[in-house]
Amino acid sequence: MTQGAAPRIGDTLLEVRNLSKNFGPVQALNDLSMLVRAGEVVALAGDNGAGKTTLIKAISGVYQPSEGEILLKGKVVSFASPQEARDQGIETIYQDLALADNLTIGANIFLGREPMRRAFGFLPVLDRAKMAAAAKTTMALLDFHVSRLDAPVSNFSGGQRQAVAIGRAVYWNAQILIMDEPTAALGVPEQRKVISLIHQLKAQGRGVIFISHNLQDIFAVADRIVVLRRGVMAGERRIADTTHDEVVRLMVGG
Amino acid sequence: MTTPVSSSPAPPVPSQASPPADHADKAKTLLQRIADLRAWLFLAFLILGFEIWSRVSFGGTFLFNPFNIQSIAVFAVAPLLLATGQTFVIISGGIDLSMGFIMGLAAVVAAHVINWATPGLGMALAVLLGSLVAVGVAAIPGLVNGALVAILKVPPFIGTLGMFGVARGVAFLLAGGTTVPVKNSVFAALGNGRILGIPYIIIVTAIFVLLMHYLLSQTKFGQHNYAIGANPQAARRAGINIKWHLLRLYVLSGMCAGLAGVLYSARFSAGAAQAGEPLLLDSVAAVVIGGASLFGGSGTILGTVAGAFVIAVIQYGLVFINVAPFWQFISVGVVIIISVLIDQAQRRFSGGRQVE
Repeated sequence: MTQGAAPRIGDTLLEVRNLSKNFGPVQALNDLSMLVRAGEVVALAGDNGAGKTTLIKAISGVYQPSEGEILLKGKVVSFASPQEARDQGIETIYQDLALADNLTIGANIFLGREPMRRAFGFLPVLDRAKMAAAAKTTMALLDFHVSRLDAPVSNFSGGQRQAVAIGRAVYWNAQILIMDEPTAALGVPEQRKVISLIHQLKAQGRGVIFISHNLQDIFAVADRIVVLRRGVMAGERRIADTTHDEVVRLMVGG
Repeated sequence: MTTPVSSSPAPPVPSQASPPADHADKAKTLLQRIADLRAWLFLAFLILGFEIWSRVSFGGTFLFNPFNIQSIAVFAVAPLLLATGQTFVIISGGIDLSMGFIMGLAAVVAAHVINWATPGLGMALAVLLGSLVAVGVAAIPGLVNGALVAILKVPPFIGTLGMFGVARGVAFLLAGGTTVPVKNSVFAALGNGRILGIPYIIIVTAIFVLLMHYLLSQTKFGQHNYAIGANPQAARRAGINIKWHLLRLYVLSGMCAGLAGVLYSARFSAGAAQAGEPLLLDSVAAVVIGGASLFGGSGTILGTVAGAFVIAVIQYGLVFINVAPFWQFISVGVVIIISVLIDQAQRRFSGGRQVE
């Protein structure tokens, strides 16, 4: 789990140093460095094939980097699998919503690590009460109030389901949340809801890496933007100091 | 154009009123409840129908005749045992077509082993050994099915169809192309005896079905089964070992068929390779009538119990009221179709996700 005291806002949570990744002769990522502080949202932008996905997959343990290192709270780490990254507090929220639609919010939060209790003092059974209670408190933490804790998540809207996926990460105490196009499949009010969720995560001192094609969303929620182009850093800007035009120029080059 | 945003921790944007998703849900929930209970409703209507028919045409009762109830229950044993295993497989998004002939294989193996062991071990021990060996042998095709589906990524329909042929051939070879009579009075007593008026095989089946209900509804294995059926990717990302789960799953369904085979050969004091042949599709029908979706992710053991009884009541009831037996096929077929239509209607209702 997460080591030591909870990081204070502004402390460096994650640092990527001189990371490279090649697939055979193809250099997908070249000498990239970036960092994420507690309570900070870093947007990753870039055209298709710029290396955004390779970068987050290296951070989340899907790929092992060819060169360079990843530091979590100052310590060098290497993840053999996404499970290991998750155990260390780096959680990825996938665009296609990694939820089992037929299960409740609680069951989704605990999927793969279900709590058990003993019925009649001997018979091990799923502890649904504990799952429901955890679902309720976790979702309340995200300012998302549900009254139907026994309903399958297929009953909820896209934004609410996104909130469940984020809630799972929060419950398991993720310090870094990587979100790949979290608003892509949503309607406008739902996008707003997700943006407000990201603000909540920020206020709780978590670090967020946010991939998006939508500059509107990036400017609404990110503190910094890292722009990639053909596997290299094309530029890094504080959102407060940049403009849409400049970001687009960095993305397309020239 | 610039959209400056302060970089200090921003206060949460007041959520743009996400009204509790509930009023749309309530009607839907009632519909869902009815759909979930449809097998029990079918069963109630059927029994009511036969009861009325029976009173009107013979002036006698259908339901309150203990002989009828017992006959229906005994009738339902084998399809129900197959259907409990099938329920697990269908919820996971698969199907096991080989169960019928795995049942036949187990019936033949039980008969041979009991005949072979009776002189040396005595009646009772021979029955115990034969039953264990038969269920153990039934696990082998299950394991192969599991390996095909889980490791070699063969679609369950094709993998288990292959095993359907293999188990069928092996069972007929072992039986020498005929039925294998069992000479063991303990085994015959197990198959036909009763305690307090209840046949042993019904008691064995009831205990087994309860265990399976527990396994599906109260354990991690059951929970993971639902998750894999709904979204295998989500299950894998959550750290569930899908291969290991599927291996165990198909072994379980093989062993359900094995138990059905043992009880069959006990009841008829003979093992027959074709024992389960007509029952496979009944088992799938019971699961579907019981509310499971062939797309995976939904279904319950209790629903399957109702589904199996719907089929048994139709088959027995039509004989009871003296209708040509071919009407059984038509009625079961109609019930399956109605059941699937209800499932689809329900999907359409809950499929349209409510948007804020």
